[in-house]
Amino acid sequence: MREFGYRRAVDVPGAVALLGADPEARFLGGGTNLVDLMKSGVERPALLVDVRELPLDRIEVTQDGGLRIGATVTNSDLAAHPEVRRRYPALAQAVLAGASGQLRNMATVGGNLLQRTRCGYFTDLAAPCNKRAPGSGCSAVEGEHHNHAILGASAHCVAVHPSDMGVALAAFDAVVSYETADGPGELPLDAFYLPVGDTPHRETALPPGALITAVTLPPAPVAALSRYRKVRERASYAFAIGSIAAALDVRDGVVHEVRLAFGAVASRPWRARTAERALTGGPVSADAFAAAADAELAAAEALPHNGYKVTLTRNLVVAVLTDLAEEAAR
Amino acid sequence: MTTTTGPTRITGAVGTAHTRVEGRDKVTGAARYAGEIPFADLAHGWLVVSTVARGSVRSVETAPVLAMPGVLTVLHHGNAPRVDADYIGLLGQPDPIVGLFQSDRVPCAGWPVALVVAETSEQAREAAEALVVRYETEPHDIEFTPDRPGTYTPEPRETMETDKGDLERELAASAVVVDARYSTPEEHHHPMEPHAATVRWDGGRLEVHDSNQGSKWVADELAKLFSLDPASVRVLSEHIGGGFGSKGVRPHQVAAAMAATVLHRPVRVVLTRRQMFSLVGYRSPTTHRVRLGADADGRLRAFGHDAQNLTSTVKEFVEQSAGFGRVMYDADAHRTANRLVRLDVPTPTWMRAPGEAPGSFAVESALDELAERCGIDPIALRARNEPTAGPVSGLPFAGRNLLACFEEGARRFGWAERDPRPGVRREGRWLLGTGTAAATFPAGAAPSTAAVTAQPDGTFTVRITASDIGTGARTALTLIAADALEVEPGRVQVRIGDSDFGHAMVAGGSTGTRSWAWAIMAAAADLREQLALGGDIPPEGVTARSDTSAAIAALPEKERHSYGAQFAEVAVDTTSGEVRVRRMLGIFAAGRIVNPLTARGQFIGGMTWGISMALHEEAVRDRASGAHVGPDLAGYHFAAHADVPRIEADWVDDPDVDDPVGIKGIGEIGIVGAAAAVANAVWHATGVRHRDLPIRPDRVLLAGTGAGPDGSRRA
Repeated sequence: MREFGYRRAVDVPGAVALLGADPEARFLGGGTNLVDLMKSGVERPALLVDVRELPLDRIEVTQDGGLRIGATVTNSDLAAHPEVRRRYPALAQAVLAGASGQLRNMATVGGNLLQRTRCGYFTDLAAPCNKRAPGSGCSAVEGEHHNHAILGASAHCVAVHPSDMGVALAAFDAVVSYETADGPGELPLDAFYLPVGDTPHRETALPPGALITAVTLPPAPVAALSRYRKVRERASYAFAIGSIAAALDVRDGVVHEVRLAFGAVASRPWRARTAERALTGGPVSADAFAAAADAELAAAEALPHNGYKVTLTRNLVVAVLTDLAEEAAR
Repeated sequence: MTTTTGPTRITGAVGTAHTRVEGRDKVTGAARYAGEIPFADLAHGWLVVSTVARGSVRSVETAPVLAMPGVLTVLHHGNAPRVDADYIGLLGQPDPIVGLFQSDRVPCAGWPVALVVAETSEQAREAAEALVVRYETEPHDIEFTPDRPGTYTPEPRETMETDKGDLERELAASAVVVDARYSTPEEHHHPMEPHAATVRWDGGRLEVHDSNQGSKWVADELAKLFSLDPASVRVLSEHIGGGFGSKGVRPHQVAAAMAATVLHRPVRVVLTRRQMFSLVGYRSPTTHRVRLGADADGRLRAFGHDAQNLTSTVKEFVEQSAGFGRVMYDADAHRTANRLVRLDVPTPTWMRAPGEAPGSFAVESALDELAERCGIDPIALRARNEPTAGPVSGLPFAGRNLLACFEEGARRFGWAERDPRPGVRREGRWLLGTGTAAATFPAGAAPSTAAVTAQPDGTFTVRITASDIGTGARTALTLIAADALEVEPGRVQVRIGDSDFGHAMVAGGSTGTRSWAWAIMAAAADLREQLALGGDIPPEGVTARSDTSAAIAALPEKERHSYGAQFAEVAVDTTSGEVRVRRMLGIFAAGRIVNPLTARGQFIGGMTWGISMALHEEAVRDRASGAHVGPDLAGYHFAAHADVPRIEADWVDDPDVDDPVGIKGIGEIGIVGAAAAVANAVWHATGVRHRDLPIRPDRVLLAGTGAGPDGSRRA
């Protein structure tokens, strides 16, 4: 491992200034992904700016009834927060579906959004990978891509985003706040992650040197009846091969409002707006759920070994919406 | 002090539960492992492995690395000390990978090409990662498929193939035929403690602190490699954090010994998880064709098992899967074969229940298919086909308590209430099913020596080059020695893991405890005879030594094995592909159980590994590079705690009055049949046969819906 400096920031302007002073500096949150990448040589920062002591560890109810979640709130605290569990249960479930207790005690909300793909080629310095070494090629397209993208990918990269939390945030229209040397800014999650295109190494729209300070969830009454379901290759401690965050509001036997987001299908948490449009105002039935999933997944482009994800995601939509509809009917 | 050693008549230590004698040291951290024993002036080596799958090293650009902080030397094929890996050791020819840096050839990805040694481990690692190695590359071939070109039957042919009767004729005459292909993927053993060695020259002797399964074995091999007098190598291995077949002589000891020789100071080399994927062996992927022919009542007329695995281009290693059927099932026509293909991959090796683990998956799955087609209960089918003598050898069985295992297991599992129809039990989104399978593993022994000393204070010391690789061997041998000496276990100290104690069998092949117990019992019996003559015990004590070579050679030839019956209940969601094992039960017949506490741990550990084998484990190679994809414990999945349900293991009485020891090994049998029991339960839940492991969600999903390709993952 390359020798690196370590500084602990005590306030947000100080953290941004420390990072800005060294082009090879990185922010350190829980370190649950960055440190692994440093060990494997994918990341070789000269300086780590530890942001865990920053006063960004609060979860507050906003004036309009949403939630503002500080960037250094740990995954464990987020999942345990009563307002999160009451207002956005799928978010708490998503966080608890990820990693392990020890990792969730360390991992932060800001770091979770910025974690890197677990594609085996990305972490293998000997392998071509456009995300790690732009222009070197993508090993996964013709190689091992069992757990790679079916939506929104390109010939340059088919990696998936590993976050569970991000899938729930996508369903609930989260907005990411950040601070730069030039002042604050914000990005809705829809605009936070960049399209893959031919620049898979550019993952977010954050300006250079920006520090994520908070994630805000606007009020979403629909989220009170929501669920996150994750399928993985063992019962625990594995990344998703398919996941779904869903919220459903049924009125008079008709879908009044629905939220759907998919995990493990794209380079970003995938908000399924096409499916949502297909369902809104329509009947509450397994057929309607399946048709909506099919509408969303019509854009899917499967590789030879990941086509099962189309079936899996479709089945998850039907299963989870059916469960929510039954719960709504009680 | 002197004592008239009329030992009190205390027996019965064997068979009662005892916590590990070194347990406190282990949980408090007082127990030191090979990579953490302190040494003054210690240097640290870091291996560099090839990134190409076939070719040769063109250059190793050492100059920039030698200028890095703390770097002491870079060893490679151009400057390394000479070693000779062309020898036959205790367990055969070594993996040529231990002939470290002796040529520029690269036969697989992950082959060691250099060692960087520095003052600190961090400096060595940084320099190793910076070292530029240039290669001439050649096209590689890693494609393992059944009957592919190059598949052959290795020598000696008579042990690889057995053939009795006319298989084709009996198949044709059978009322019911199963002809199915099965496969298991490349699997890896990763002990909690990685391979590690600390080596120094001490007064003209090479002293090696190492994590291995046999310190005398490793010492002798290092002596051969470095052309040293065997007496001038000492290997010490007091505590070992797991082995599973992976821990013999491996590149880390050789690298550390080379560097210690060159630098004249102690050197430590510890492998990383990633390096272990290519440096310490693994279980080859296997393919199987099983053909069973039976009369309508299930009596076997034909039994055929053709098993294939891969090996490297540098050494033959045969995963002897076909051996399973040579013990378990007889038929009028009986044909088995182990076949092999050589590819540009590392050499496989023994991994927990080598042969029996994959072989039992194929054969015990096929038996379940036969039971289904005959409309017979799977246990009844096995009972109907119990052989009276070795199906291939014709030798008598030295006890065969398979049916006792099934009877006890069926009773405790509730098998009698089972509805044989598949796919009819639902609980919410889960389909439920149960399955069973048989298990067996050879009960071998190998010559060993031991020394037992009576001390004047009434205590005893046993010295034997045994290895406690986490099994509880030290504790088991304490109980065995106590009973043999007829004293309380607290008066016996067992010293192990030191090659200076002389020759003894390694901890492998489920032979360790049986072999060591034999030697200790023989020495103890001799000692008691000496002590019975009376007289004072001198300060240096009275020592008796044993060598079991003659006794083992005199053992009558018989089929000697352990047996077991595995049961599993699973829940399967065919819309998501998830499979959850809900409970497992294993009942074993494995001789006299020495320490029920640690024995249960070994059985349950094996069964848990069987869950992993059934549902999770699979190392994936990239076709383009020939290297692994995601070779770490994040990418290589095995059962997490949440995957491991209520598992029970127990045993039936398995006495053998003709056997001088009465103890059989139990290290391997826990995994045998476990994956088949799970797979058979998945069939019972869903009505779909899964013949390829692991039973991944995508496979279940696609099989359940009948959609798309087979979900093959081989890149």
